[in-house]
Amino acid sequence: MNFLRTIVAAGLVAASTSAFAADITGAGATFPFPIYSKWADAYKKETGNGLNYQSIGSGAGIKQIQAKTVTFGATDAPLKHETLEKDGLVQWPMVMGAIVPVVNLEGIKPGELVLSGEVLGDIYLGKIKKWDDAAIAKLNPKLKLPGDAITVVRRSDGSGTTFNFTDYLSKSSADWKAKVGTGTAVEWPTGVGAKGNEGVAGNVGQTKNAIGYVEYAYAKQNKLTHAAMINKAGKTVQPTIESFQAAASNADWAKAPGYYVILTDQPGEASWPITAATFILMHKAATDKAASQEAIKFFKWSFEKGGKMAEELDYIPMPESVVKLIEKTWSAEIKS
Amino acid sequence: MAVESDVMDAAGPYDRARALSAFKLGDVTFYWITRACAISVLLILGGIIISLIVGAWPAIREYGAAFLWTQRWAPSADPPVLGALGPIYGTLITSVIAMMIAIPVGLGIAIFLTEICPIWLRRPIGLAVELLAGIPSIIYGMWGFFVLGPFLANTFQPFMISVFDGVPVLGTIFAGPPSYLSLFNAALILAIMVLPFITSISVDVFKTVPPVLKEAAYGVGCTTWEVVRNVVIPYTRVGVIGGIMLALGRALGETMAVTFIIGNSFKIQSSIFAPGTTISAAIASEFAESDGLHQSGLILLGLLLFVLTFFVLAAARLMLMRLEKKAGN
Repeated sequence: MNFLRTIVAAGLVAASTSAFAADITGAGATFPFPIYSKWADAYKKETGNGLNYQSIGSGAGIKQIQAKTVTFGATDAPLKHETLEKDGLVQWPMVMGAIVPVVNLEGIKPGELVLSGEVLGDIYLGKIKKWDDAAIAKLNPKLKLPGDAITVVRRSDGSGTTFNFTDYLSKSSADWKAKVGTGTAVEWPTGVGAKGNEGVAGNVGQTKNAIGYVEYAYAKQNKLTHAAMINKAGKTVQPTIESFQAAASNADWAKAPGYYVILTDQPGEASWPITAATFILMHKAATDKAASQEAIKFFKWSFEKGGKMAEELDYIPMPESVVKLIEKTWSAEIKS
Repeated sequence: MAVESDVMDAAGPYDRARALSAFKLGDVTFYWITRACAISVLLILGGIIISLIVGAWPAIREYGAAFLWTQRWAPSADPPVLGALGPIYGTLITSVIAMMIAIPVGLGIAIFLTEICPIWLRRPIGLAVELLAGIPSIIYGMWGFFVLGPFLANTFQPFMISVFDGVPVLGTIFAGPPSYLSLFNAALILAIMVLPFITSISVDVFKTVPPVLKEAAYGVGCTTWEVVRNVVIPYTRVGVIGGIMLALGRALGETMAVTFIIGNSFKIQSSIFAPGTTISAAIASEFAESDGLHQSGLILLGLLLFVLTFFVLAAARLMLMRLEKKAGN
């Protein structure tokens, strides 16, 4: 009993001095989980305040924040402005990633194969069946491509990666838009589904003549052969931190209410075409104000000090200009 | 005697009534506790069915019975077009193939263990079978993805495809291209996973065959095969079928391992080396990122699996009842 009393007393003291650290809870997208947990770890060491993030998927993250069971939700597919308003939510992009097409082709080194959105769409539609197809050969006059059938690999589980990839295909191929469209899970015309980024990476790595799409980090860590892409400006770009950030900088964030920008197919000569931001959702007027404030502090800290950690894990920090906009949004919209 | 009975009478009626009512109270309590346990199963089951129906209602209203024979699964279309034929087909075909492999192998192991196996080998084999049952399904999935899949795609499938190339029917069932992730691979994993159910239950019921029956058969000159065929199997038929049905139930509902290795394609293809999906794999893959009608459709799939499993188990019950009647006559 004494023990219990001490704990209660300690809790009361902590709460009354407002030094009480509200544990922040978040839930949602699986894609940013590694960086959120790394930031949380570093933040705890520095400030003593903890954060608990559950990676349960974007859809579930949205449901959790709508039900007010968490301090913040996280999603790879941004919510439309109307939905945000209806639920009293604020949304902003937290960190970016990029999706790269990966292939398993004998004798072809990373970055050598050039693909366009249209060709990629036709491969995933099952219209281009062989590697030596005229459309692929036209983009790669110098490469010797095999005459084998293409094994198309895709995600089997619903995911934000698939959302951004199919969004890009919808923007660059009218046929794709009409037949399949954009979604976390779509009606795939062809191919086999593998579970998670690691499943796609593993399957492409093991299967000759396969093509797949994964988050950049998975391509890099599994040493897969990535393709170069032709972007909106018609230039051939390689997947690098610079080309990913160029896509974000060139996007028109300021004019998008609720930061509803899907970063695929952005203008600019240096922009990588399949870049994706992952978003945070919070209530404008949270029930637990202390936790809400604490979360904002954490996000501010992450923008200021977390960039390098993000790059170490092959994420891309938001450009400075965008961070400034986001900080303005916080002070304007979130009530403390 | 007289003295004793006097004592009994003196202490008599009151104590006796109390003791009896204490017994009765104990009995009644026990009766109600066990009865409550039994009824709670029905309540829980009813609750699950009701919540499934409530969750699936928007999809039921939207698609109606056509859900059962629509093959298209397009959650991102506007409005979504959802049909369960692909997953239903995948669920049935993987379970059937799994049972076709697991029943003969499982019974073979059981017969070997009880009839033929030298005593010193019994324990290791028995333990190995039990260990198979203890491996978590996600481990089976990972093993299927990293080890079994590549082996099948690089060695077994090309062999089968070339053997049956040009043969009518079989040529389309074993058609290329080989794939790491396919219906067949998932079925094979399922077969391994349900093997312990069939084996250990068969072993247990085979042990119940009275030795005198077997000895008599051997005595009139039967071979081991004839003893198994004409004495052991008929005597234990009901138990063996029970084990097979348990295995089938597991095969129909198994999720994690199948999700890893089936390739998640809602299209029905004639080749068993093509990717497919099962009801449970489809739910596991898409539920987390689903909403609205898509999610309701997935819940409806769950309801279908529930109904499917119910019918399979009911059919098994009926079959067992018939067999018992026959045996009774």
